[in-house]
Amino acid sequence: MRDDLKGLGVSPGLTAGPVYAMGSPAVLPAVAPAVTDADAEVQRATAALAAVSAELDRIAAQVGGTAAEVLATEAMMAADMTLADGVARKISEGRPAAWAVGDAVAEQQEQFAALGGYFAERAADLADIRDRAVAWLLDKPMPGLPRPNEPFVLVADDLSPADTALLDESVVAIVTRRGGPTSHTAILARSRALPAVVACAGIMDVADGSVVSVDGVSGAVCFVDPKTAPDIRAIGEQERDRLAATTGPGRTADDVEIPLLLNVGGVADLTDDAAGVGLFRTEFLFLGQTVAPSVAEQETAYRALFEALGDRKVVLRTLDAGADKPLPFLGLAEEDNPALGVRGLRTSRVDPSVLADQLRAVANAAAGTEADVWVMAPMVATATEAAAFAALVHEAGLRSAGAMIEVPAAALRARAVVAAVDFVSIGTNDLSQYTMAADRMNGALADLLDPWQPAVLDLVASVASAGRDAGKPVGVCGEAAGDPLLALVFVGMGVTSLSMSAPSVPAVRAALADHTMADCERLAQLAVDAQDAESAREAVLKAQAK
Amino acid sequence: MPTREVVVGSRIGLHGRPAAIVVRTAAAQAVTVRISTGERPPVDASSIIAVLALGAHGGDTVTIEADGDGADAALEALAAVLAKDLDAPEPADA
Repeated sequence: MRDDLKGLGVSPGLTAGPVYAMGSPAVLPAVAPAVTDADAEVQRATAALAAVSAELDRIAAQVGGTAAEVLATEAMMAADMTLADGVARKISEGRPAAWAVGDAVAEQQEQFAALGGYFAERAADLADIRDRAVAWLLDKPMPGLPRPNEPFVLVADDLSPADTALLDESVVAIVTRRGGPTSHTAILARSRALPAVVACAGIMDVADGSVVSVDGVSGAVCFVDPKTAPDIRAIGEQERDRLAATTGPGRTADDVEIPLLLNVGGVADLTDDAAGVGLFRTEFLFLGQTVAPSVAEQETAYRALFEALGDRKVVLRTLDAGADKPLPFLGLAEEDNPALGVRGLRTSRVDPSVLADQLRAVANAAAGTEADVWVMAPMVATATEAAAFAALVHEAGLRSAGAMIEVPAAALRARAVVAAVDFVSIGTNDLSQYTMAADRMNGALADLLDPWQPAVLDLVASVASAGRDAGKPVGVCGEAAGDPLLALVFVGMGVTSLSMSAPSVPAVRAALADHTMADCERLAQLAVDAQDAESAREAVLKAQAK
Repeated sequence: MPTREVVVGSRIGLHGRPAAIVVRTAAAQAVTVRISTGERPPVDASSIIAVLALGAHGGDTVTIEADGDGADAALEALAAVLAKDLDAPEPADA
């Protein structure tokens, strides 16, 4: 029996099953063979594209919802005459079918890339079509999701957003070699309530069909007897059902209320099983636009969410864009290092009108509804910025202005920042990235990016204590708030509310209900006393299991 | 040749669901409908790749043209879908 593997648990749950790895795309040999029969090559290329289109339609029919629409459009692209014409032209220039598909797709991708935004993202659909057609033509295995006829653990180097559209219920867990707690894989897994382990060295060497258990809390990936897999799955499902059955507000065992809130991008993400919204991302209205959406347009979108919430609380985050998510109307220059550039609140330095319009729209929408509307700015670095933002919010007629704490400078000067606003909310994803000087996109640094890093926890603790002394609310709205263990640690530090994606709520609620405030304080102390992220997690896991 | 100018009603522009609906509508017509933006040459509106490559945003004006029997009806049908906001959220599930 092989040694068990260990990674970072990023989405809670226990399950077991055979592993199957994502197929990697076939590579075209650099030297193409000569074309002897151009007509035959055109026929083969046509057949390949037709087969790809049919396969995509077949998968679309299986998945349903938004993913099905995306796939049906990709199927239309595979069957498209513009692409077929391009391929035929390349064949007439002497390229065999598989190479002709590669060339024609590359040309089309350039056109899409030049358009930018959502149009540029369609280049990824074309790449998928090419990989599938090339595999068909070269008689190589299809790239992409494995489709064994049994529930399985999906293994990949990392998952792209396109890969994840295809995940269906036959995937019982995800294990990736790269990625961190804030990677796309982690966020997706939590939103689907799938146990997931990332940064798991050695997972790519495991043969397809080997049966493993996956623990999305501890990060353990263990080789198990195939006969026991159904039992392990059953235990995990029972646990999940037990958690799902708990309802009601978040509170500790000694009845300290900790509101559990949701991170949402719109009405579709709302559930009734939460005290409100702790992070309403507003980027969806702006992305892909060449001109800023009008006040009236924004007002309508905000009102839809406010009305759906009834009298519950909602914390709206003002536009969080920058050179990494460029919006033409902001007039931002290209930057070498967008994460450290003009983003979030800083875009107001370039053009204050976008924020002014947004605040007006929020105030208008809030006026006609019962919802308790709070507004906060992303990327606040100084108390002066926080005060200026709060003044704008109050001038707009909104009662509650806050600052996100994601820049270490704001956390280090938490007392001054807290004094300047009505509340703060800690964004652990960016706070980890900036504190540890580790890029969120760099999987090789996943261990540093861990929100369990004692340096990050120290900053959270000092912000929480500043809030407590000033009698102002301190929320956590990063993905870390959805980790049931970290949630206990945050509460023990004095954090007053937790905001997470909907599937994380039951496990956090259950963890809180099992612990008193004194327990949480003890766990928080254990975590900050640890030498590193790994031992912090282990110490808390061990102590709370007692 | 009959032509029509239409302002794209879909806020997100002609990609995703709006593009797919426009292309399917064009493909269902008895005649070929061609579509263009600005000064660029018109392309077949039943080709999803060609329609995406227009890069048309919400509020942009596009020109559609068709010839032969049924051209007017085809333009009417296409203008109707182009002018609508095809990405408007569907009623939420109960």
